[in-house]
Amino acid sequence: MEFLIQQTLIYAVPLLIVALAGVFAERSGIINLALEGIMIFGAFTGVLFIHIMQKNEAFMKEQAQTLLVLTMLASAALGAVFSLLLSFSAVNLKSDQTITGTALNLLAPALVLFLINVIANQNVLSMFSGDAASWFMLKKSTFGFDDIESLNPLARLLFINSDGEMNFFARTFLVKNYLTTYICIAVFVVLSIILYKTKFGLRLRSCGENPQAADSLGISVHKMRYSGTTISGALAGMGGFVFALTTANASASGDVAGFGFLALAVMIFGNWNPGTIALTAFLFGLFKCIAAAYSTIDLNGDGVYLLKELGISTNFYRMLPYLITLLVLAFTSKKSRAPKAEGIPYDKGVR
Amino acid sequence: MRNLNSKAKESASPLLKNEGIKSVSASLLSIMAGLLVGGAITVIVALINDEISFKAGLEGLKLIFFGLFSTGRDISGNLTFGFNPVNIGNLLFRATPVIMTGLSVAVAFKTGLFNIGAPGQYLMGTAASLFIALTIPSSSVPTWIIWLLALIGGMAAGALWGAIPGALKAYLNINEVLACIMTNWIAANLVTWFFESSNLRNGNESGKIGYIMPTSANGVVTAKLGLDRIFPGSQVNGGILVAIIFAILVYVMIYKTTLGYSMKACGSNKHAAEYAGIKSKRMLVLSMAIAGALSGGGASLYYLSGNTEFFHATYQSLPAEGFNGIPIALLAANNPIGVIFSGLFMSMLNIAGQQLKNLTAYNEYITDIIIAAIVYLSAFSLVIKALLSGLHKRKSAVAVATRKGNSTTAGVQTHADEEIIEEINNGVKNAEIDFSEDKREGEE
Repeated sequence: MEFLIQQTLIYAVPLLIVALAGVFAERSGIINLALEGIMIFGAFTGVLFIHIMQKNEAFMKEQAQTLLVLTMLASAALGAVFSLLLSFSAVNLKSDQTITGTALNLLAPALVLFLINVIANQNVLSMFSGDAASWFMLKKSTFGFDDIESLNPLARLLFINSDGEMNFFARTFLVKNYLTTYICIAVFVVLSIILYKTKFGLRLRSCGENPQAADSLGISVHKMRYSGTTISGALAGMGGFVFALTTANASASGDVAGFGFLALAVMIFGNWNPGTIALTAFLFGLFKCIAAAYSTIDLNGDGVYLLKELGISTNFYRMLPYLITLLVLAFTSKKSRAPKAEGIPYDKGVR
Repeated sequence: MRNLNSKAKESASPLLKNEGIKSVSASLLSIMAGLLVGGAITVIVALINDEISFKAGLEGLKLIFFGLFSTGRDISGNLTFGFNPVNIGNLLFRATPVIMTGLSVAVAFKTGLFNIGAPGQYLMGTAASLFIALTIPSSSVPTWIIWLLALIGGMAAGALWGAIPGALKAYLNINEVLACIMTNWIAANLVTWFFESSNLRNGNESGKIGYIMPTSANGVVTAKLGLDRIFPGSQVNGGILVAIIFAILVYVMIYKTTLGYSMKACGSNKHAAEYAGIKSKRMLVLSMAIAGALSGGGASLYYLSGNTEFFHATYQSLPAEGFNGIPIALLAANNPIGVIFSGLFMSMLNIAGQQLKNLTAYNEYITDIIIAAIVYLSAFSLVIKALLSGLHKRKSAVAVATRKGNSTTAGVQTHADEEIIEEINNGVKNAEIDFSEDKREGEE
């Protein structure tokens, strides 16, 4: 059960944060089909950052968590820079956003693979030393759980059960997780509040619904759309790195397994609304987790691997998330409500 | 105002007045800019990276532009150039599938749909073709009949796979981009699954694990039609001629038939088309089915050549031939005859990339960067076109670009189409209501 939850979190968190990236762009009126490309770019920059820092011995294993946070910031920053290609073309040049997005999706893997080949002479760039789990995973020792005697009383009360072992909460959510998971969830909550409860958020959303009306009230549509896509790019870049860290052992290979597109599906599925998106992301995470690890999932701990014994092909489980997306979209599409002005370049002259 | 505009039009240079020439020059500009981006990256990398000397950088630059004519290196290590029949033959061979996927994307574009599902359709075509070509015994059926059946089968499978997102778009109003992406990955897993449980895997040769037997194992091979004598040593075969025939057929269909007219009508204004008695929903499905058939046919032509082997564990990555249809169609401004040339150009880049990989410290991904840059630029080719015809016409063209943007992206929107007009009419009113609600939320 702990394993199932942890695995689900690993797949759900990138989807969560990248789907929110999509929301920010689309709420401001720009279709960000380039999420996949930005994720690929973010994953690459994050891994490269770690690689360089380790190579120059700027960080030791003891400061791994600091390095992790810095890397997240770096990949977010470069993801934002990469997304400027989209906003420049979509806002200033009024291009077709679907095609620009596709172009960036073609550009990112090409650029990343080209650079990786120049840097590493192979198709994969990994950490300079060690692996993701030994460096960045939260361990017993990170919290002091390996030495219960000297643990402070409050932590002992909260996380240690009467047998002197870690309780369910500590086992599931603290140990063997990554700090990135919680940073992403916090960022998700904060940004959702900003989008719905602040002046900035309201203005941003107004540009995605009726830019003409927003403009007439003195809101700069161009500025708002730039902010929307830039935030979107930062989130997608960060999500890309988190994906590479948790599922690919902090290596970059110009591929994020279609997660950017899946995040788009999560966004549409979640009706452009953070609350529903969070639920959907965890649902999709669960499917992805089942697809990846169905043969080792033992729900009630009786040693019977139910899904494996059903004898259905792995390919079926791999196909499942996409199939379900399509089916559910078929049933919910009538109700879905996209921002009204998304994808339409803003032209002051048009009424 | 009208007079002014027409005067302005007259004063524009007569060469640029022709729409076709404008499209071609916009595409050529995109290509030039794309190549410049690639060249710039090559030089910058040479300057930054200590392992690549500046001379090597210049060699890379040469190969990007003239890779097709590269004949390797001479004894003193300098690059040599000249007529290279192997390169040109391979160029024609590789252009075959991408011309077909380019046609596929172009046909869908004409109906206002963005067919990003070409990779999935291509995979389904691959699976059907290979299955037919390898299972019908060549001892009892003439191989040319098997070849033909395999091509038809591949096209049928592709058509079916294309029709799914088309139908979802037409009847359930699901964003076709999303539906195509989902069907791509479903196809990728389905094809892997199909071949894993089949007996078509190549178990005889070592080093071929994961590959399907080539169709030549059953004696099914595309006729060379004498092309192999013109380009000895290359993989070229008659498939390229078949692809060109398809391009001409598609051209005739789009520009000379009622069907093509109806499809274009749906693409430019669905409601007007509906008003004129065209069944727009049926048209959407049909155009996606035709697009799928072309992609599937491209896969058939590629794998029926007899010297290509299919790696069946495709669930992790989609075939590049499918995605490359998008830049090819864009570069050709969706003109089927133009697709032939842009397809040839793309595979020329591909060949240049291979030469780059074989002869220098660079790798073939630089050509993908160039292709991406070209697509990026062709996204605002309408703006480039407008700039070409002079600043005074810029505004009207931008307005056209905007409207065009609307028509293509209207497909991307998830509204029920019937609602769109109403929404535009009520737009301002609704927005006001939305705002006041939001404000109240904000105040709480």
